[in-house]
Amino acid sequence: MTTTSPPSFSTRPDVAQIGAIAWVRKHLFSGWFNSLVTVVLGSLLIRSIVGFIGWATTTAQWKVIPENLPLYFVGQFPPDQYWRIWALLWMISALSGLTWGNLSQNVPHLFSRTVLIWVGILAVIFVLAPTPLPYRLLLLATLGLVLGGAWAGRYLSQSLPSFGLGLAIAWGLSFFIMLWLMAGGFGLKPVSTTAWGGLLLTLFMSVVSIVLCFPLGVALALGRQSTLPVVRLLSTVYIEVVRGVPLIALLFIGAVMLPFFLPGNVRLDLVLRAIFGLTLFSAAYLAENVRGGLQSIPRGQAEASSALGLNTPLTLGLIVLPQALKVAIPSIVGQFISLVQDTTLVSIIGLSDLMRISRAVLANPLYIGRYAEVYLFIGVIFWVLCYAMSWGSRQLEARLKTTN
Amino acid sequence: MLLAVTLSVSALSACTTSAPTDTAASPAATGESPAATGVASRLDTIIQRGKLICGVEGTIPGFSFVDSSGKYSGLDVDVCRAIAAAVFDTSADIDSKIEYRNLDSTARFPALASGEVDVLSRNTTWTSSRDATGGNGFDFAPTSFYDGQGILVTKASGIKDLKGLQGKSVCVETGTTTELNLASRTKEIGVTVNEVKFQDSNAAIAAFQEGRCEAFTSDRSQLAAKRTALPNPDDAVLIDAVLSKEPLGPVTVNNDSKWSDVVKFTMYALIQAEEFGITQANVAEKLKDPNPDIQNFLGVQGELGKQFGLANDYVVKVVEAVGNYGEVYERNVGKGSDLKIGRGPNNLWTNGGLMYSPPFR
Repeated sequence: MTTTSPPSFSTRPDVAQIGAIAWVRKHLFSGWFNSLVTVVLGSLLIRSIVGFIGWATTTAQWKVIPENLPLYFVGQFPPDQYWRIWALLWMISALSGLTWGNLSQNVPHLFSRTVLIWVGILAVIFVLAPTPLPYRLLLLATLGLVLGGAWAGRYLSQSLPSFGLGLAIAWGLSFFIMLWLMAGGFGLKPVSTTAWGGLLLTLFMSVVSIVLCFPLGVALALGRQSTLPVVRLLSTVYIEVVRGVPLIALLFIGAVMLPFFLPGNVRLDLVLRAIFGLTLFSAAYLAENVRGGLQSIPRGQAEASSALGLNTPLTLGLIVLPQALKVAIPSIVGQFISLVQDTTLVSIIGLSDLMRISRAVLANPLYIGRYAEVYLFIGVIFWVLCYAMSWGSRQLEARLKTTN
Repeated sequence: MLLAVTLSVSALSACTTSAPTDTAASPAATGESPAATGVASRLDTIIQRGKLICGVEGTIPGFSFVDSSGKYSGLDVDVCRAIAAAVFDTSADIDSKIEYRNLDSTARFPALASGEVDVLSRNTTWTSSRDATGGNGFDFAPTSFYDGQGILVTKASGIKDLKGLQGKSVCVETGTTTELNLASRTKEIGVTVNEVKFQDSNAAIAAFQEGRCEAFTSDRSQLAAKRTALPNPDDAVLIDAVLSKEPLGPVTVNNDSKWSDVVKFTMYALIQAEEFGITQANVAEKLKDPNPDIQNFLGVQGELGKQFGLANDYVVKVVEAVGNYGEVYERNVGKGSDLKIGRGPNNLWTNGGLMYSPPFR
C-alpha cells in the first residue's frame, strides 16, 4: 500500500481522459472555433427539436392517421376481404422467420440480446398502436409467428439437410399465393387491381420490380461486356437510352401514350404497366452497378477457370458472378432503395400508392390542411422500409465476407 | 424505346386527331355490337364490359376524394354514379359498376382521347378550344358546377384587387386554365406578377400557407375549401376579383352522339328531377304522380329512356342512386358538407340560378 509517491513524478492527474465530460471536451470544445460551431449548431438543433415537439403535441392533429389507417396500408381493398391481407402477412412472416432460423443455424444463440431488445420495442409499438384491440393482437401474433418460425427454422435446418432448398421453393410458391390472395379468383372474391393501394401496392410494385429487374440487369451487364458486337451494341444502347430518360417520362409513356399504340380492345392493367416501367428503368441502372462489380474481378480469375477447363457459362456462374455481385451489393441495394422510393412517382399515373392515397385522404374536407402529419407518417414508413433493406444488406455482406 | 420517346412528343399533339378512330375501333374489334344503328358507340362497349370507367381527380375537396371507409366521395363522383346508374339500369351497389381512374391535370385529356376512360368527371372547364374539332375535340355535357377563378391573398399583403398584385408572387397550378387566365388578365391591365408554379393544388396552397407567395389563384370553390383548412382562416382573404368563367362538367370524346347524349341527359335528368321536386326519398311515390310530364320523365309512359338506348326508367335509377342535383350539391359542397358553398349560380333557373334543363318530352 503506497501512501506517497515521489513528487518528481507527479503531474496533473488524468482525471478527464475518459467519461462523458472528457468526450465532450475532446470532440466538441477542443478550440475556440469548434466551441463556437458547437454552440451555434447545438442551439439550432435544440430549438428545432423543441419546436418540433411543441408542434407535435399541440398544433398537430394526429387523428388523420388512426382514422384512415386502413387506407394507408391497403388502400381501397374491400374491408370484408382484409383477412386475405392478414393471411398474406402471416405467410411472409412465417417464411421470413424460417429463413432467419435457417441462416443463423450456426450461431450459438438465436435470440441474442440485441434481437430481444428489438423484439421488445416492436411488441411495445404493436401494443400501443392506435388501432382497435383485435388488430393489435393480430400484430402481436405476427411477431410471434416470426419468432416461432425462426426457432422452427433453426431446428429444422439442423435436422433436415435439404431444408434450405425447400425454403427457396416455398418462397417461389409464396409469390403465386400472394397474387392469388391479392387478386382473388379460384374460389376467392376477385379484387380489381384498382382497389390495391397504400403500402400494399407500394410493396407489391417494389418487390415485383426488384425481383424482375435483377436478372435483367445482370443480363444487360454481361451483354455490355460481351464479345459479340450485336449483343454488346444492343445492351449499350438500351442502358444509355433508358438512363437518359427520366422515370416519370417512362411511366407517363406507359400510362398515357401506350393506349394510342395498342389496338382499341387491348387494355393493359395499370399496375402491370407501372411495374413494367419501374423494372425496365431500374434494370438499366442495375446493369451498370453489376458491371462495376464485374470490372473489379481480375482477368486472371476467368483465365484460371478456363485453364481448369470450365466453359464460359460455368466460368461466369461459378467464378466471376458470385464475386462480382458480392462486390456490388452496396450499390445494388442502393439501387433497390431508390426503386422503392421511385414507386411514389406512380401516383402521377393515378395509382393509389402510399403517396397518392395520402393526397386523397388530405382532400377529405375533414382533414384538409393536415399535410405535415400525413407526410411525416408516410416518411417514417418509407424510412423503416429502406432502413430494413439497408440493414439486411449489411447482414448479407457480413455473411458473405471471406477473409483473404 | 427511343422510338417511343420521340413518338411521345408527336403523339401528345396528335392525340386529338387519333381519338375518334381509336374509340370507334374498339367496339368494332371486339366483335358484333348490340347497336341497332350500325354505328358502334362507346355505350355498347361499356354495357358489354359491365363497368363504367370514370376519370376523376381524386384529391379535390367536395368534388372527389377518398373517405375514411375507402369509398370515393364528392360531386364529381356522384356524377359518375348517376351515369353508371343510367347505363346499367340499377341503383344497388353502384360502385361495383364503376372503375374510378385518378387523373391529374396533364394526364386527363390523353386518357380520355385514347379511350382509357369513358368519361371525365373531373373539374374540367368547358372552353371553345377543348370542344372544337380543331382543338381537343371533346364533347361537353351540361355544366355540373358553375365556378370562376378567384384570388386568395394574405391579409398582411394588403392586396385588394388585381392591380395590387403588381410585383407579388402568385402560386398557381400548372397545366390548367387558371394559369392562362392569370397571365392574360394581368397582361390586360399591365401588371407583372411572379408566377410560382406547382403540379398540384395541395402543394400550391401549402406554399401559400408557408408564405412563399402572397397570393394563390384557383377556382373560387377550391379557394373556399382551402381557406377553411388554413390554420388561421382569417389571415387569408378571398378578394372580389373574378378572373374567369369556369363552367365545370363531364366530358366525353367527340363523334359519339349516342354516348354523349346519355351523359348529357343524365346530367339534365338530375337538374329536371330537382325542378319536379323528385328526391331520393320520394321517387317511388312520384311514380304514381298523375302529372303526365312526370310520368313521361320517370318512364311510366312514353319512350324516353329507350330513345337513348337505355332502360325506359333510367331517371328513376339515377335519382335512387344519388338523388336530384340539389341533393347532390348540398351533400357534397353545400350545407351538408364542411365547405358550405352557397348555391349562387348553381341554383335552379326558377330560383335565379343557371341550372336549366330542356324539357323531357
